[in-house]
Amino acid sequence: MSTPAATVIVDTGGANIASLRYALTRLGERSSVSGDAATIESAARVILPGVGAAAPAMARLARLGLVPVLQRLTQPVLGVCLGMQLLFAASEEGPAQCLGLLPESVRALKSAVGRPVPHMGWNCLAGLRPDPLLEGVREGEYVYFVHSYAVACDEHTLAYTEYGQPLAAVVRRGNFWGTQFHPERSAAAGSRVLHNFLRL
Amino acid sequence: MRFRDHVYAGDILALAGRYQAAGADELVFYDIGASPGGGTVDRAWVRRVARLIDIPFCVAGGIRSEADAERVLNAGAEKVSINTPALENPTLIDRLSRRFGAQCVVVGIDSRRTPQGLRAWMRTGDERRACDSGRDVLGWVREAQERGAGEIVLNCMDADGVRDGYDLAQLREVRAQCEVPLVASGGAGCEEHFAQAFACGADGALAAGVFHSGALAIGALKGYLRGRGIEVRP
Repeated sequence: MSTPAATVIVDTGGANIASLRYALTRLGERSSVSGDAATIESAARVILPGVGAAAPAMARLARLGLVPVLQRLTQPVLGVCLGMQLLFAASEEGPAQCLGLLPESVRALKSAVGRPVPHMGWNCLAGLRPDPLLEGVREGEYVYFVHSYAVACDEHTLAYTEYGQPLAAVVRRGNFWGTQFHPERSAAAGSRVLHNFLRL
Repeated sequence: MRFRDHVYAGDILALAGRYQAAGADELVFYDIGASPGGGTVDRAWVRRVARLIDIPFCVAGGIRSEADAERVLNAGAEKVSINTPALENPTLIDRLSRRFGAQCVVVGIDSRRTPQGLRAWMRTGDERRACDSGRDVLGWVREAQERGAGEIVLNCMDADGVRDGYDLAQLREVRAQCEVPLVASGGAGCEEHFAQAFACGADGALAAGVFHSGALAIGALKGYLRGRGIEVRP
Protein backbone atom coordinates (compact mmCIF):
# COMPACT_ATOMS: atom_id res chain seq x y z
CA MET A 1 0.00 0.00 0.00
CA SER A 2 1.34 3.43 -0.92
CA THR A 3 1.61 6.16 1.69
CA PRO A 4 -1.53 8.26 1.84
CA ALA A 5 -1.33 11.68 0.18
CA ALA A 6 -0.93 14.52 2.65
CA THR A 7 -3.57 16.61 0.93
CA VAL A 8 -6.96 15.07 0.30
CA ILE A 9 -9.50 16.68 -2.02
CA VAL A 10 -13.06 15.84 -0.98
CA ASP A 11 -14.94 14.22 -3.85
CA THR A 12 -17.81 16.68 -4.11
CA GLY A 13 -18.44 15.64 -7.71
CA GLY A 14 -17.54 19.15 -8.86
CA ALA A 15 -15.87 19.73 -12.16
CA ASN A 16 -12.83 21.67 -10.91
CA ILE A 17 -11.26 18.72 -9.13
CA ALA A 18 -8.88 17.98 -12.01
CA SER A 19 -7.78 21.62 -12.18
CA LEU A 20 -7.07 21.67 -8.44
CA ARG A 21 -5.05 18.48 -8.60
CA TYR A 22 -2.99 19.78 -11.51
CA ALA A 23 -2.32 23.01 -9.61
CA LEU A 24 -1.11 21.02 -6.60
CA THR A 25 1.04 18.88 -8.88
CA ARG A 26 2.64 22.02 -10.32
CA LEU A 27 3.56 22.88 -6.71
CA GLY A 28 5.09 19.45 -6.23
CA GLU A 29 2.30 18.20 -3.94
CA ARG A 30 0.81 14.73 -4.24
CA SER A 31 -2.92 14.74 -3.60
CA SER A 32 -5.74 12.26 -3.69
CA VAL A 33 -9.47 12.60 -4.25
CA SER A 34 -11.67 10.81 -1.76
CA GLY A 35 -15.18 10.54 -0.43
CA ASP A 36 -14.09 8.20 2.34
CA ALA A 37 -14.44 9.48 5.91
CA ALA A 38 -11.35 7.74 7.31
CA THR A 39 -9.13 8.97 4.45
CA ILE A 40 -10.34 12.53 4.90
CA GLU A 41 -9.98 12.44 8.69
CA SER A 42 -6.39 11.20 8.48
CA ALA A 43 -5.24 13.77 5.88
CA ALA A 44 -2.78 16.50 6.86
CA ARG A 45 -4.88 18.98 4.88
CA VAL A 46 -8.29 18.85 3.26
CA ILE A 47 -9.57 20.77 0.25
CA LEU A 48 -13.31 21.11 -0.29
CA PRO A 49 -13.76 21.96 -3.98
CA GLY A 50 -16.97 22.57 -5.80
CA VAL A 51 -18.41 23.75 -9.04
CA GLY A 52 -22.13 23.45 -9.51
CA ALA A 53 -24.96 24.08 -7.09
CA ALA A 54 -25.07 24.06 -3.28
CA ALA A 55 -28.09 21.75 -2.80
CA PRO A 56 -26.80 18.79 -4.86
CA ALA A 57 -23.31 19.22 -3.38
CA MET A 58 -24.69 19.09 0.19
CA ALA A 59 -26.90 16.14 -0.75
CA ARG A 60 -23.83 14.31 -2.03
CA LEU A 61 -21.87 15.04 1.16
CA ALA A 62 -24.83 13.81 3.22
CA ARG A 63 -25.11 10.65 1.13
CA LEU A 64 -21.43 9.94 1.73
CA GLY A 65 -21.93 10.52 5.46
CA LEU A 66 -19.40 13.36 5.33
CA VAL A 67 -21.32 16.23 6.91
CA PRO A 68 -20.35 15.48 10.53
CA VAL A 69 -16.90 14.33 9.42
CA LEU A 70 -16.14 17.67 7.77
CA GLN A 71 -17.61 19.63 10.67
CA ARG A 72 -15.27 17.90 13.12
CA LEU A 73 -12.02 18.30 11.15
CA THR A 74 -9.18 19.95 13.07
CA GLN A 75 -6.52 20.05 10.33
CA PRO A 76 -6.34 22.95 7.83
CA VAL A 77 -9.32 22.88 5.48
CA LEU A 78 -9.65 25.03 2.35
CA GLY A 79 -13.01 25.50 0.65
CA VAL A 80 -12.77 26.70 -2.94
CA CYS A 81 -15.61 28.61 -4.65
CA LEU A 82 -18.75 26.56 -3.96
CA GLY A 83 -16.60 24.70 -1.43
CA MET A 84 -16.14 27.98 0.46
CA GLN A 85 -19.86 28.65 0.35
CA LEU A 86 -20.57 25.20 1.79
CA LEU A 87 -18.65 26.20 4.93
CA PHE A 88 -21.38 28.75 5.76
CA ALA A 89 -24.69 28.29 7.53
CA ALA A 90 -26.98 28.18 4.53
CA SER A 91 -27.25 29.10 0.86
CA GLU A 92 -30.09 30.69 -1.08
CA GLU A 93 -29.07 28.39 -3.92
CA GLY A 94 -31.51 25.54 -3.59
CA PRO A 95 -31.99 26.68 -0.84
CA ALA A 96 -29.66 24.46 1.12
CA GLN A 97 -28.50 24.03 4.67
CA CYS A 98 -24.71 24.00 4.59
CA LEU A 99 -21.99 22.97 7.04
CA GLY A 100 -22.52 25.86 9.44
CA LEU A 101 -18.83 26.37 10.23
CA LEU A 102 -19.19 30.09 9.51
CA PRO A 103 -22.25 32.06 10.51
CA GLU A 104 -23.19 34.07 7.41
CA SER A 105 -25.56 32.97 4.67
CA VAL A 106 -24.77 32.73 0.97
CA ARG A 107 -26.91 35.00 -1.19
CA ALA A 108 -27.65 35.31 -4.90
CA LEU A 109 -25.80 38.07 -6.77
CA LYS A 110 -28.08 40.58 -8.49
CA SER A 111 -27.16 41.60 -12.01
CA ALA A 112 -26.93 45.26 -12.97
CA VAL A 113 -25.72 47.27 -15.95
CA GLY A 114 -21.99 46.61 -16.25
CA ARG A 115 -22.19 43.82 -13.68
CA PRO A 116 -23.56 40.70 -15.30
CA VAL A 117 -24.28 37.53 -13.31
CA PRO A 118 -22.66 35.03 -13.20
CA HIS A 119 -19.70 37.11 -12.12
CA MET A 120 -16.93 35.70 -14.30
CA GLY A 121 -13.55 37.24 -14.58
CA TRP A 122 -10.51 38.71 -12.96
CA ASN A 123 -11.09 41.00 -9.98
CA CYS A 124 -8.83 42.63 -7.42
CA LEU A 125 -8.31 41.49 -3.86
CA ALA A 126 -8.76 44.30 -1.34
CA GLY A 127 -8.70 44.82 2.40
CA LEU A 128 -6.14 42.04 2.96
CA ARG A 129 -5.66 41.11 6.60
CA PRO A 130 -2.48 39.42 7.79
CA ASP A 131 -2.88 35.66 7.59
CA PRO A 132 -0.52 32.80 6.74
CA LEU A 133 -2.77 31.88 3.78
CA LEU A 134 -2.20 35.32 2.23
CA GLU A 135 1.54 35.54 2.89
CA GLY A 136 3.14 37.26 -0.12
CA VAL A 137 -0.20 38.08 -1.75
CA ARG A 138 -0.45 41.80 -2.45
CA GLU A 139 -3.35 44.21 -2.13
CA GLY A 140 -4.87 44.77 -5.58
CA GLU A 141 -3.72 41.48 -7.10
CA TYR A 142 -6.13 39.99 -9.63
CA VAL A 143 -7.70 36.60 -9.10
CA TYR A 144 -10.27 34.69 -11.14
CA PHE A 145 -13.90 34.50 -10.01
CA VAL A 146 -16.76 32.43 -11.39
CA HIS A 147 -19.89 32.57 -9.26
CA SER A 148 -23.56 33.53 -9.07
CA TYR A 149 -23.80 33.44 -5.25
CA ALA A 150 -21.67 35.22 -2.69
CA VAL A 151 -21.17 36.02 0.99
CA ALA A 152 -21.19 39.49 2.53
CA CYS A 153 -18.14 40.61 4.50
CA ASP A 154 -17.96 40.08 8.24
CA GLU A 155 -15.30 39.60 10.91
CA HIS A 156 -14.25 36.32 9.28
CA THR A 157 -13.35 38.03 5.99
CA LEU A 158 -9.61 38.11 5.26
CA ALA A 159 -9.93 39.83 1.88
CA TYR A 160 -12.79 41.07 -0.24
CA THR A 161 -13.47 42.02 -3.83
CA GLU A 162 -15.75 44.75 -5.19
CA TYR A 163 -18.52 43.66 -7.51
CA GLY A 164 -21.21 46.25 -7.01
CA GLN A 165 -20.67 45.69 -3.32
CA PRO A 166 -17.84 44.22 -1.24
CA LEU A 167 -17.97 40.42 -1.38
CA ALA A 168 -15.97 38.00 0.77
CA ALA A 169 -13.07 36.72 -1.35
CA VAL A 170 -11.08 34.96 1.40
CA VAL A 171 -12.54 33.86 4.74
CA ARG A 172 -11.27 32.07 7.80
CA ARG A 173 -12.61 30.72 11.02
CA GLY A 174 -10.11 28.68 13.03
CA ASN A 175 -8.78 25.85 10.85
CA PHE A 176 -11.32 26.48 8.09
CA TRP A 177 -10.29 28.78 5.23
CA GLY A 178 -12.18 29.53 2.06
CA THR A 179 -11.61 31.37 -1.21
CA GLN A 180 -14.50 32.51 -3.37
CA PHE A 181 -12.10 32.78 -6.32
CA HIS A 182 -10.39 29.85 -8.02
CA PRO A 183 -6.76 29.75 -6.87
CA GLU A 184 -6.10 26.92 -9.33
CA ARG A 185 -6.90 29.27 -12.24
CA SER A 186 -5.64 32.57 -10.79
CA ALA A 187 -2.10 32.58 -12.21
CA ALA A 188 0.71 33.55 -9.81
CA ALA A 189 -1.49 34.98 -7.02
CA GLY A 190 -3.60 31.83 -6.87
CA SER A 191 -0.56 29.61 -6.93
CA ARG A 192 0.81 31.59 -3.98
CA VAL A 193 -2.37 30.96 -1.96
CA LEU A 194 -2.17 27.21 -2.63
CA HIS A 195 1.55 27.20 -1.83
CA ASN A 196 0.75 28.88 1.52
CA PHE A 197 -2.06 26.43 2.25
CA LEU A 198 0.31 23.50 1.76
CA ARG A 199 2.53 24.97 4.48
CA LEU A 200 -0.18 25.49 7.11
CA MET B 1 -12.38 41.69 -18.48
CA ARG B 2 -10.46 39.23 -20.56
CA PHE B 3 -8.93 38.48 -23.88
CA ARG B 4 -9.24 35.25 -25.60
CA ASP B 5 -7.58 33.60 -28.43
CA HIS B 6 -8.61 31.11 -31.03
CA VAL B 7 -6.17 28.31 -31.37
CA TYR B 8 -6.92 26.33 -34.47
CA ALA B 9 -3.77 24.50 -35.33
CA GLY B 10 -0.12 24.20 -34.52
CA ASP B 11 1.42 23.19 -31.27
CA ILE B 12 -1.43 23.78 -28.83
CA LEU B 13 0.68 23.38 -25.70
CA ALA B 14 3.41 25.73 -26.87
CA LEU B 15 0.85 28.36 -27.86
CA ALA B 16 -1.07 27.98 -24.59
CA GLY B 17 2.12 28.45 -22.59
CA ARG B 18 3.14 31.42 -24.69
CA TYR B 19 -0.20 33.22 -24.35
CA GLN B 20 -0.37 32.53 -20.63
CA ALA B 21 3.09 34.06 -20.17
CA ALA B 22 2.08 37.03 -22.32
CA GLY B 23 -0.81 37.84 -19.96
CA ALA B 24 -3.87 36.36 -21.70
CA ASP B 25 -6.77 36.24 -19.24
CA GLU B 26 -8.48 33.25 -20.74
CA LEU B 27 -7.90 30.85 -23.59
CA VAL B 28 -10.59 29.37 -25.80
CA PHE B 29 -9.91 26.25 -27.80
CA TYR B 30 -12.15 25.74 -30.80
CA ASP B 31 -12.28 22.45 -32.60
CA ILE B 32 -13.98 24.11 -35.53
CA GLY B 33 -14.34 20.97 -37.58
CA ALA B 34 -16.00 18.94 -34.81
CA SER B 35 -19.65 19.93 -35.30
CA PRO B 36 -19.92 19.79 -39.06
CA GLY B 37 -17.97 16.54 -39.06
CA GLY B 38 -20.17 14.94 -36.38
CA GLY B 39 -17.20 14.40 -34.06
CA THR B 40 -16.53 15.41 -30.49
CA VAL B 41 -13.52 17.32 -29.37
CA ASP B 42 -10.77 14.92 -28.28
CA ARG B 43 -10.10 15.34 -24.60
CA ALA B 44 -6.52 14.09 -24.36
CA TRP B 45 -5.13 17.52 -25.24
CA VAL B 46 -7.62 19.17 -22.85
CA ARG B 47 -5.94 17.32 -20.00
CA ARG B 48 -2.48 18.31 -21.20
CA VAL B 49 -3.49 21.97 -21.41
CA ALA B 50 -5.10 21.84 -17.94
CA ARG B 51 -1.88 20.43 -16.46
CA LEU B 52 0.18 23.19 -18.00
CA ILE B 53 -1.69 26.46 -17.54
CA ASP B 54 -3.04 28.29 -14.49
CA ILE B 55 -5.52 30.61 -16.19
CA PRO B 56 -9.07 29.65 -17.14
CA PHE B 57 -9.84 28.01 -20.44
CA CYS B 58 -12.91 27.10 -22.41
CA VAL B 59 -13.36 24.29 -24.89
CA ALA B 60 -15.69 24.39 -27.88
CA GLY B 61 -16.39 21.85 -30.54
CA GLY B 62 -19.09 19.28 -31.06
CA ILE B 63 -20.25 19.05 -27.44
CA ARG B 64 -23.70 17.51 -27.86
CA SER B 65 -24.57 15.95 -24.53
CA GLU B 66 -24.02 16.14 -20.80
CA ALA B 67 -21.60 13.23 -21.13
CA ASP B 68 -19.55 15.12 -23.74
CA ALA B 69 -19.42 18.19 -21.48
CA GLU B 70 -18.58 16.15 -18.41
CA ARG B 71 -15.56 14.58 -20.14
CA VAL B 72 -14.18 18.00 -21.09
CA LEU B 73 -14.87 19.58 -17.67
CA ASN B 74 -13.43 16.62 -15.79
CA ALA B 75 -10.32 16.87 -17.94
CA GLY B 76 -9.79 20.34 -16.46
CA ALA B 77 -11.59 22.90 -18.63
CA GLU B 78 -13.56 25.64 -16.80
CA LYS B 79 -16.27 26.01 -19.39
CA VAL B 80 -17.71 24.44 -22.47
CA SER B 81 -18.98 26.49 -25.38
CA ILE B 82 -21.80 25.19 -27.54
CA ASN B 83 -23.01 26.61 -30.81
CA THR B 84 -24.45 24.34 -33.54
CA PRO B 85 -25.60 21.63 -31.06
CA ALA B 86 -27.53 24.28 -29.10
CA LEU B 87 -29.27 25.50 -32.26
CA GLU B 88 -30.14 21.93 -33.22
CA ASN B 89 -31.34 21.08 -29.73
CA PRO B 90 -31.88 24.11 -27.46
CA THR B 91 -32.72 21.97 -24.40
CA LEU B 92 -29.02 21.06 -24.32
CA ILE B 93 -28.45 24.49 -22.72
CA ASP B 94 -30.99 23.73 -19.94
CA ARG B 95 -29.49 20.31 -19.27
CA LEU B 96 -25.89 21.49 -19.15
CA SER B 97 -26.78 24.46 -16.97
CA ARG B 98 -28.73 22.35 -14.48
CA ARG B 99 -26.02 19.75 -14.30
CA PHE B 100 -22.87 21.90 -14.21
CA GLY B 101 -24.11 25.39 -13.38
CA ALA B 102 -24.65 28.36 -15.68
CA GLN B 103 -21.06 29.52 -15.21
CA CYS B 104 -19.83 26.47 -17.18
CA VAL B 105 -22.13 27.00 -20.13
CA VAL B 106 -21.12 29.40 -22.89
CA VAL B 107 -23.35 29.78 -25.92
CA GLY B 108 -21.47 30.85 -29.02
CA ILE B 109 -23.45 32.61 -31.73
CA ASP B 110 -22.22 33.04 -35.29
CA SER B 111 -24.28 35.94 -36.47
CA ARG B 112 -24.72 37.28 -39.96
CA ARG B 113 -26.61 40.23 -41.42
CA THR B 114 -29.18 38.93 -43.93
CA PRO B 115 -32.14 40.50 -45.76
CA GLN B 116 -34.27 38.96 -42.96
CA GLY B 117 -32.20 40.68 -40.27
CA LEU B 118 -29.54 39.36 -37.90
CA ARG B 119 -29.52 35.58 -38.10
CA ALA B 120 -27.69 32.87 -36.15
CA TRP B 121 -25.77 30.61 -38.51
CA MET B 122 -24.84 27.00 -37.89
CA ARG B 123 -22.11 24.54 -38.93
CA THR B 124 -19.92 27.50 -39.81
CA GLY B 125 -16.76 25.42 -39.47
CA ASP B 126 -17.44 23.95 -42.90
CA GLU B 127 -18.23 26.41 -45.69
CA ARG B 128 -20.16 23.83 -47.70
CA ARG B 129 -22.47 22.96 -44.83
CA ALA B 130 -22.80 26.35 -43.16
CA CYS B 131 -26.39 27.58 -43.18
CA ASP B 132 -28.86 29.98 -41.62
CA SER B 133 -30.49 28.36 -38.58
CA GLY B 134 -33.58 30.47 -39.18
CA ARG B 135 -33.23 32.02 -35.74
CA ASP B 136 -33.12 35.72 -35.11
CA VAL B 137 -29.96 36.58 -33.14
CA LEU B 138 -31.61 38.82 -30.54
CA GLY B 139 -34.34 36.26 -29.87
CA TRP B 140 -31.74 33.52 -29.61
CA VAL B 141 -29.68 35.58 -27.14
CA ARG B 142 -32.77 35.96 -24.92
CA GLU B 143 -33.73 32.29 -25.23
CA ALA B 144 -30.21 31.05 -24.52
CA GLN B 145 -30.12 33.09 -21.29
CA GLU B 146 -33.56 31.91 -20.21
CA ARG B 147 -32.41 28.35 -20.75
CA GLY B 148 -29.37 28.91 -18.53
CA ALA B 149 -26.44 30.15 -20.61
CA GLY B 150 -23.88 31.81 -18.36
CA GLU B 151 -22.08 33.67 -21.11
CA ILE B 152 -22.64 34.66 -24.72
CA VAL B 153 -19.84 34.85 -27.28
CA LEU B 154 -21.08 36.87 -30.22
CA ASN B 155 -19.06 36.17 -33.33
CA CYS B 156 -20.03 38.63 -36.04
CA MET B 157 -19.21 36.64 -39.15
CA ASP B 158 -19.37 39.56 -41.56
CA ALA B 159 -16.60 41.29 -39.59
CA ASP B 160 -14.57 38.15 -38.93
CA GLY B 161 -11.14 38.07 -40.51
CA VAL B 162 -11.55 41.53 -42.05
CA ARG B 163 -9.75 43.34 -39.20
CA ASP B 164 -11.91 46.44 -39.62
CA GLY B 165 -13.11 46.28 -36.05
CA TYR B 166 -15.90 44.58 -34.18
CA ASP B 167 -19.47 45.15 -35.39
CA LEU B 168 -20.24 47.80 -32.79
CA ALA B 169 -23.85 48.46 -33.76
CA GLN B 170 -24.62 44.78 -33.43
CA LEU B 171 -22.70 44.54 -30.18
CA ARG B 172 -24.81 47.35 -28.70
CA GLU B 173 -28.04 45.71 -29.85
CA VAL B 174 -27.07 42.37 -28.32
CA ARG B 175 -25.77 44.00 -25.13
CA ALA B 176 -29.22 45.51 -24.57
CA GLN B 177 -30.66 41.97 -24.53
CA CYS B 178 -27.87 40.27 -22.63
CA GLU B 179 -27.63 40.20 -18.84
CA VAL B 180 -24.88 37.59 -18.67
CA PRO B 181 -21.27 38.24 -19.64
CA LEU B 182 -20.94 39.12 -23.32
CA VAL B 183 -17.77 38.51 -25.29
CA ALA B 184 -17.18 40.25 -28.61
CA SER B 185 -15.61 38.22 -31.39
CA GLY B 186 -14.75 38.86 -35.01
CA GLY B 187 -13.01 41.80 -36.59
CA ALA B 188 -10.25 42.89 -34.22
CA GLY B 189 -7.41 44.44 -36.19
CA CYS B 190 -5.80 46.99 -33.88
CA GLU B 191 -5.70 48.15 -30.27
CA GLU B 192 -8.40 50.75 -30.76
CA HIS B 193 -10.90 48.06 -31.81
CA PHE B 194 -10.65 46.44 -28.39
CA ALA B 195 -11.31 49.75 -26.65
CA GLN B 196 -14.36 50.25 -28.88
CA ALA B 197 -15.78 46.84 -28.00
CA PHE B 198 -15.45 47.56 -24.29
CA ALA B 199 -17.03 51.01 -24.78
CA CYS B 200 -20.02 49.21 -26.33
CA GLY B 201 -20.44 47.16 -23.18
CA ALA B 202 -18.60 43.95 -24.02
CA ASP B 203 -17.24 42.19 -20.92
CA GLY B 204 -14.52 40.53 -22.92
CA ALA B 205 -12.98 40.69 -26.35
CA LEU B 206 -11.83 37.66 -28.27
CA ALA B 207 -9.33 37.70 -31.07
CA ALA B 208 -7.47 35.18 -33.12
CA GLY B 209 -5.56 36.30 -36.17
CA VAL B 210 -4.04 39.47 -34.72
CA PHE B 211 -2.42 37.51 -31.91
CA HIS B 212 -1.33 34.51 -33.97
CA SER B 213 0.26 36.68 -36.63
CA GLY B 214 2.05 38.75 -34.01
CA ALA B 215 0.34 41.93 -35.27
CA LEU B 216 -0.69 42.67 -31.66
CA ALA B 217 1.15 41.71 -28.49
CA ILE B 218 -1.10 41.09 -25.49
CA GLY B 219 1.10 43.03 -23.05
CA ALA B 220 1.24 46.13 -25.25
CA LEU B 221 -2.49 45.93 -25.92
CA LYS B 222 -3.23 45.81 -22.20
CA GLY B 223 -0.97 48.81 -21.63
CA TYR B 224 -2.86 50.71 -24.32
CA LEU B 225 -6.23 49.87 -22.76
CA ARG B 226 -5.04 50.86 -19.31
CA GLY B 227 -3.97 54.19 -20.80
CA ARG B 228 -7.52 54.58 -22.10
CA GLY B 229 -8.88 54.14 -18.58
CA ILE B 230 -10.09 50.56 -19.08
CA GLU B 231 -9.40 48.25 -16.15
CA VAL B 232 -7.29 45.27 -17.18
CA ARG B 233 -5.30 42.70 -15.27
CA PRO B 234 -1.57 43.51 -15.57
